[in-house]
Amino acid sequence: MLSLMILIPLACLLLISFLPLKGKRVAFAVVMALAFFQIYAVFSPSIMANRHLPGLASVFNFTLAVDSLSRIMLLCIGIVIFIALLAAGPFVKEEDKRFYFSGLMILELMGLNGVVMVRDIFSMYVFWEVAAAASFVLIALEKKRDPLEGAFKYLIFSSVATVFVLSAIAIILLISGSTSFTDIRVALLVTPHSNLIILAVGVFLAGLFMKAGVMPFHGYLPDAYASAPAPVSILLAGVVTKTLGVYTAMRIVIDIFGFSTALKSILLCIGLISAIFGALAAMGQKDLKRLLAYSSISQVGYIFLGFGCGTPLGIAAAIFHIFNHTVFKSLLFVNAAAVEDRLGTLDMGRMSGLASRMPITGTTSVLASLSLSGVPPLAGFWSKLFIILALWQSGLYGVAVTAVLTSLLTLAYMLLLQRRVFFGTPEKNMAGVVEAGFNLTLPAVILAILIAGVGLFFPYVVHTVIFPVVSF
Amino acid sequence: MGTQALNMDIVILFLMALAALWTVMTRSLLRSAIGLALTSAMLTILMFRLHAPLAAVFELSVCSGLISVVFIATISVTQPMSQEKVLQHMRDRLERFWYLPILLVLIGIVLSFVSFKFNLSVPLPEIEKDPRVVLWNQRPLDLLGQIIMLLTGVFGIIILFREAKQK
Repeated sequence: MLSLMILIPLACLLLISFLPLKGKRVAFAVVMALAFFQIYAVFSPSIMANRHLPGLASVFNFTLAVDSLSRIMLLCIGIVIFIALLAAGPFVKEEDKRFYFSGLMILELMGLNGVVMVRDIFSMYVFWEVAAAASFVLIALEKKRDPLEGAFKYLIFSSVATVFVLSAIAIILLISGSTSFTDIRVALLVTPHSNLIILAVGVFLAGLFMKAGVMPFHGYLPDAYASAPAPVSILLAGVVTKTLGVYTAMRIVIDIFGFSTALKSILLCIGLISAIFGALAAMGQKDLKRLLAYSSISQVGYIFLGFGCGTPLGIAAAIFHIFNHTVFKSLLFVNAAAVEDRLGTLDMGRMSGLASRMPITGTTSVLASLSLSGVPPLAGFWSKLFIILALWQSGLYGVAVTAVLTSLLTLAYMLLLQRRVFFGTPEKNMAGVVEAGFNLTLPAVILAILIAGVGLFFPYVVHTVIFPVVSF
Repeated sequence: MGTQALNMDIVILFLMALAALWTVMTRSLLRSAIGLALTSAMLTILMFRLHAPLAAVFELSVCSGLISVVFIATISVTQPMSQEKVLQHMRDRLERFWYLPILLVLIGIVLSFVSFKFNLSVPLPEIEKDPRVVLWNQRPLDLLGQIIMLLTGVFGIIILFREAKQK
């Protein structure tokens, strides 16, 4: 039944592609229904049980699998696609553009679902490329100078990452004779070619770090996030880089390579650099979306810090932070979209006192900022606390203290953002500004409820959703 | 591998790089698609020479054949840029990338003096030779993934290059 997570979107894509123009108008609704189906499927034991399709449909019984980690990622993908679609209304107005946007969202959905569910390193690469290609076209959707430049940078970095990952896959195939996760893991345990394995791990991780956009592999990320249309920024920041970079790195380390001391050191080092310098770079930004992009780099650093501990608590904390980051960063990009929709600019120097004009956007933005900065009792506080506890438990006291100090830096730049954009007295040119439409306030409210809900009910969420992930 | 065979491989590699360069530098989208097919054809020859006939057949049929046909068909729904725009593009490219061929040649010269000694003597894994078994029994998911990738390419071309015809 897991095949349905790819086959149903594919069937929908073909269906809407062959519909006449009137039918194409329903494309948005179709993608939204697909996102709903995905969220439902994550909680449906019958679909997640991976029963084989009966009768003629048995030709579509692919080798797919899900565990708790995959389910969390599938949930994140469903939520972000739904939110991005809701927010797309004011930004993708022409009818045919709406159709192509919907088609690309379905392709992105299939690519990401494939990456999350496959258990074969080459199949993972194939779906990885599908998602990357769809992202590239989505960034360039508006065909203006900045989006094209952002898309081009994304394409170049993606190609380099592809070369790294494909080279690593070739080395692994040479050593193990297979591309299946299980076979590779068994083969790597007995192979005498330890130097080749180190080379493969290094090259593979370099490719994944590029996709995750961690420092110093982040060159494309601020341009891609800032220049993409608002709904695409939500998609990229919320789920694309997390799935293609962070999740894939987690999957191959957990299922194939395992944690070694050197690997942990690399992950911790990259995580620390990214967390600190991402936050420092965010401090100096004037463009709202660029600030959020650098903030993403910093938060992905936190995820790698937790994961780099290699302990069950660290891995659980990293996964919890992926979910939280998906929610609060999507919300902040929805807020940025609302501001862009009303003011037509993202230059923070030309904004002030927007909270009084846009109360829903202002309030939800404060909530997301506090969650991102790790203020209790919001969701972001708990995942950051777990990351710091995991670091402390692993004896990495210096790193833990640095992570706390970086969190203060995060609070500082998020408060600066709030002060420049939402607080203070509105300037004269803000006189006519009113709250954003339903398309942008509804997703903001949904995400804000999620942030507060996960924070308040965190013992339940952690014990039923997060900790089962590390029960391997 | 004999020196003559190695030299032949280097020549094919050079031609492949040349075709790839033409693909990204040419001003016409159609020529770009043909360049892609040529690059792929060179890669096919290399794969045959490296005793990977199955990979070569797939490269030739899918990348050089099917993808080129789909791309050219899709490009045919677009219209070329105006002559003025084409010239402007050429000037821009020359200004921005004039140093790339020089850099490429320099790197080639430097690398030809460096001798790399990797000990990669790993026995080749046993791989199924029958393409039907590979496609339908072993890698059906990859086949599906490639179909989706192809659809993404088609969507990309239509979105990025269609506006000219509408105007």
